[in-house]
Amino acid sequence: MSTLTELPRPKHKPEVIDKAVIRFAGDSGDGMQITGSQFTNTVALYGNDIATFPDYPAEIRAPAGTLPGVSGYQLHFSSSDVYTPGDAVDVLIAMNPAALKVNIADLKANGILIVNSDSFTENDLRKAQTKVNPLEDHSLDKYRLFSVELERLTRRALEHLGLDAKSVDRCKNFFALGMCYWLYNRSMDSTVRWIEEKFKSKPLLTEANKLALKAGYSYCEATEAFQISYEIPPAQLTPGLYRSLSGNQALALGFVTASQKSGLRLFQGSYPITPASDILHELSQYKDFGVMTFQAEDEIAAITSAIGAAYAGALAITTTSGPGMALKTEALGLAVAVEIPLVICNIQRGGPSTGLPTKTEQADLLQALFGRNSEAPIPVLAASTPADCFWVALEAARIALKYMVPVILLSDGYLANGAEPWQIPNVSDIPEIPVHFASDPEGFLPYKRDPQTLARPWAVPGTKGLEHRIGGLEKQDVTGNINYEPLNHENMVRIRAAKVAGIAREIPDAEPAGDPQGDLLILAWGSTQGSITAAVKTQRAKGQKIGHVHLRYLNPLPSNLGNVIKRYKKVLVPELNMGQLLWVLRAKYLVDAVGLNKIQGRPFKQAELENKIDDMIGTRS
Amino acid sequence: MSTVTLPPITPLTKRDFQTDQEVRWCPGCGDYAILSAVQAVFPELGIARENFVVVSGIGCSSRFPYYMNTFGFHTIHGRAPAVATGIKALRPDLEVWLATGDGDALSIGGNHTIHMLRRNVGIKVLLFNNKIYGLTKGQYSPTSEFNKKTKSTPFGSVDRPFSPLSLAIGAEATFVARSVDVFQSHLKDTLKHAAAHKGSAFVEILQNCNIFNDGAWFSLTERDARSEQVVQLEHGKPLIFGKNRDKGIRMKGIEMEIVQLGSGVAESELLIHDAHHPEPAYAFQLSQMEKRPGFPTPIGVLRAWNDQPRYEDVINQQIKDVIAKRGAGNLTKLLRAGDTWEVK
Repeated sequence: MSTLTELPRPKHKPEVIDKAVIRFAGDSGDGMQITGSQFTNTVALYGNDIATFPDYPAEIRAPAGTLPGVSGYQLHFSSSDVYTPGDAVDVLIAMNPAALKVNIADLKANGILIVNSDSFTENDLRKAQTKVNPLEDHSLDKYRLFSVELERLTRRALEHLGLDAKSVDRCKNFFALGMCYWLYNRSMDSTVRWIEEKFKSKPLLTEANKLALKAGYSYCEATEAFQISYEIPPAQLTPGLYRSLSGNQALALGFVTASQKSGLRLFQGSYPITPASDILHELSQYKDFGVMTFQAEDEIAAITSAIGAAYAGALAITTTSGPGMALKTEALGLAVAVEIPLVICNIQRGGPSTGLPTKTEQADLLQALFGRNSEAPIPVLAASTPADCFWVALEAARIALKYMVPVILLSDGYLANGAEPWQIPNVSDIPEIPVHFASDPEGFLPYKRDPQTLARPWAVPGTKGLEHRIGGLEKQDVTGNINYEPLNHENMVRIRAAKVAGIAREIPDAEPAGDPQGDLLILAWGSTQGSITAAVKTQRAKGQKIGHVHLRYLNPLPSNLGNVIKRYKKVLVPELNMGQLLWVLRAKYLVDAVGLNKIQGRPFKQAELENKIDDMIGTRS
Repeated sequence: MSTVTLPPITPLTKRDFQTDQEVRWCPGCGDYAILSAVQAVFPELGIARENFVVVSGIGCSSRFPYYMNTFGFHTIHGRAPAVATGIKALRPDLEVWLATGDGDALSIGGNHTIHMLRRNVGIKVLLFNNKIYGLTKGQYSPTSEFNKKTKSTPFGSVDRPFSPLSLAIGAEATFVARSVDVFQSHLKDTLKHAAAHKGSAFVEILQNCNIFNDGAWFSLTERDARSEQVVQLEHGKPLIFGKNRDKGIRMKGIEMEIVQLGSGVAESELLIHDAHHPEPAYAFQLSQMEKRPGFPTPIGVLRAWNDQPRYEDVINQQIKDVIAKRGAGNLTKLLRAGDTWEVK
């Protein structure tokens, strides 16, 4: 191992730059997600700020070498704050002609292009529907092209191991990774540790992957292929202990923390669905925290089992994506009617129907707000960055338990799989979540409410003297007896609405980032925070007066939002949908807000936002 | 040693399980008899009242929890098994009973029913089978006979019915039984057997809907027909039926046949009921018996196999095992797991 770290440093001094965007692209079988996340981990450990964008096909293995099979992983790392994975890339690694074809448009002019030249055979070109070999027709002249025989070089480096040809070829991504480590002057230590852990029981594969990594690094050293290497100094993050965290990991950790802070068992009912399954994978590992994960027979059983567990006294959650959310709709209504604490996570993806399972979208907002029969109000919260998922999970659990309500938590594919540095909080700094179970039979009635929160008591089975019946039929307030009287129904509908609306009392006021008043307010929610923050920063530097409110609470909305809106001449609502928050804001505040809408399964580019801002309030130099 | 005087334990009675809610089934409905039997059996189980949870879905039968003075949860159509699974997994100490019907459990909730049974969650299932949709006022159900004329099938239904017992056994349920609303003592006995079973206990109760499908089971329940049309299963006893207990069931190859006792056939040749057989094949054959011309309908416990671990025990044991191995989770360690770096 030590031999790896003792590799000679580049002979020349690396050029110091402040940021870079790198994209690994290849066939879905080429290990691009692993390669990208390894590179991410290394630069994060070094102290750079990061944002990532894994982009992979819905097919597990589309036919090798074809355009639909291309998988990509983009990383933006910097010595200053990073808000987005980057609009365009500085370095593109393309493992085959299909990956080149799909990704080349995003490479900056004069950007570094590393291609696996062994994969530019007639056969591979045909699979990529490319007639002329782009390595030979000067179409790539505006880039700094590095044609590397990745397969041949990897084979040569590993030939003495006696490993089968297939396994050898699988190591070529690590050869490419080694090259990138050289290019950015980074240590291979953390990847070596990862290889040793991953292939613990397979010493030959451990050796092969380490050798391939090292060979890639040495190749650059020996051939001086790049002639230049880069150094990106660590970012000035707030002091503290950090780790890199994806949105789905953050949700899992958030719920375990909520379970510990409330003293309740965590129960997760879930049915596998992209891009939410990783939450189930994560939580199923945490049995030492008493976490009970239930992989249900379907989406409906996933939520109804969670309702059962909540009824029995658990902190219950269910995790899904849009199509699963649709299936859970009736059960959501039950949770509203029986007034039981529950958190429902929707990791949104492109739709309708099966749609774009692996691509991101924000088009389930109106479903979350209204997608139930009759009047069934549910608090809705949205996470805005991968690490924010941790805090939103805690907050959703707190609200559910305090108000005895189901809470919908919205994340999306971009947050779920994207990663960023997370400053690890001190456990003792995280507030406890108080929980009260009813225990006194004296005067107990199942719908006798707390006058402040309007929450009904949580009376779990097994509590002597509190035997009672609940259900989806309309009931009389206080007693909980079935009741079909007209005025009682109206009263109950209004109470359920008032209970949710009342949460606004403890929601923090909307505080615009940027200018507290001015020409333009950008009002948004969810995963668009990064690109909006970056765009607002650029535009304000040009002298524009812009405020940015990014909503965590979508139901109820912050009480002062209407007043904030009035402080700006114009309101822009950028969303990865057809204008759903826009619709809500226009209805609620009668404001002539304007939408910027993108429905391509991809996040906003910073430039798209900047152009829209310029369109709306003109450029001021 | 000092003597601790415990307050005298008053045994629970049937009255303790009755609620103040007005029972709203149609007069003459078979559900009353089932309610009465359950209310009579619960006090005999030696379980504290607060530990009972009665869960239901939607349908006439699913009003059941409102009339039981226990914890009760009237959920949504078909989903009661999943709600009950969540309750039981989290709280294995609770005694969870489920009231459901042929539409609720076998049509809209068929999926949850089979998965609850294959997992062997320790839930007692009372399936009220009246071969009709009552609460929606008279459409055919998955157990209605072929060509049945109902409101939704004026020219006769074209669906083939299935047997609830066969379905349960197909899902490898560990306890499968059948009783009849009007056979009160048999019903109570069957419920007690179900209560004694560790895992999922599936009890089909043939129940009369006197409004929309009156007489669906009269061929079994009318006094004259009863002994000829019903064979009562008892573990370790031969399969004998008939007014004069003169008919028996014998295996011929892999099939059952009816034989006349006395006429050269000895009782010892008859099929001896084995409810405890680990393989479900025999119970499945019993569940299909009445479909064969001339054969009686079996009632009683078809299958009671107690060697299968309960879901709630396994899922909780796994958690205990992990804690024993790793120690109880430490949140600080969890949050700081993996590669971390310090920014100064």
